Amino acid sequence: MPILLALASGLLFGAGLALSGMMDPQKVLGFLDLTGIIDGRWNPSLAFVMGGALAVTLPTFRLTRGWGTPLAAPSFGHPSASEIDHRLIVGSVIFGAGWGLAGYCPGPAVASLSSAPLVVAPFVAAMLSGMVITRLGLRSAGRVSAAKPA
Amino acid sequence: MSSSFDPWSALAGGALIGLAAALLWLGLGRIAGIAGILGRLTGPAWAQRSEAGWHVAFVVGLIVGPAIVMALGVQLPTTSAAPLPLVIGAGLLVGIGTTLGSGCTSGHGICGLARLAPRSLAAVIAFMATGAAVASVARVLAGS
Repeated sequence: MPILLALASGLLFGAGLALSGMMDPQKVLGFLDLTGIIDGRWNPSLAFVMGGALAVTLPTFRLTRGWGTPLAAPSFGHPSASEIDHRLIVGSVIFGAGWGLAGYCPGPAVASLSSAPLVVAPFVAAMLSGMVITRLGLRSAGRVSAAKPA
Repeated sequence: MSSSFDPWSALAGGALIGLAAALLWLGLGRIAGIAGILGRLTGPAWAQRSEAGWHVAFVVGLIVGPAIVMALGVQLPTTSAAPLPLVIGAGLLVGIGTTLGSGCTSGHGICGLARLAPRSLAAVIAFMATGAAVASVARVLAGS
């Protein structure tokens, strides 16, 4: 059951990404590039995508506040970190920089492996390398905390 | 490629993404944070077979989902004019940044904001502001 649920979730996520236009870096950059506001090119798509998603997830997370367990697993995996620390901000800034350069974040990049593999394979390879190197670096610096990635 | 804006497909696509995250949370109690899922797939998930299984299944779905939508007629970009070094550099930054920052647009944005998590709000503000700054400056530097 968990495997099927995860597969279904992935399929919906991928389908949603495709339908929403977020697999098109030009649409994403069209939102992030604020100079577009000046000459009428600005693309609000990303905001609408976030809005559509939050319209579903906000009530979902509120609904489960009183739940002891999820429907098909023994426990909820609540992210354990609660402090806003330097690592969170520095990491988010670095991520934002990469996102603003190519218009890809992890989801759309992996999802595009079926539609534009030659375009995103180098991105995904570099991204996975960056993840591994960073995790190894954090571990050797003794800075791996109990916090699970969100 | 296309820089058109269709509010309905953006909203509907977003709702589907939200539904995907809702399903993963309601069913498995897991956050649909792609960076986290990929990060654990490149290491930590294999310590427990039970954890690895759903990670793989999710990523398979994530890759197959768009193929199904394309088969139904939705156009997706298949090429890009971005130079390879830029794509690789951007990928590295995204991999490093999402690992340090413990999440990405789905983990912090779609799930974290929905959980009203202050950490996620801070992260979203940081990566949105930086993304906008970099994209805007890059556009200015590109001169078009």
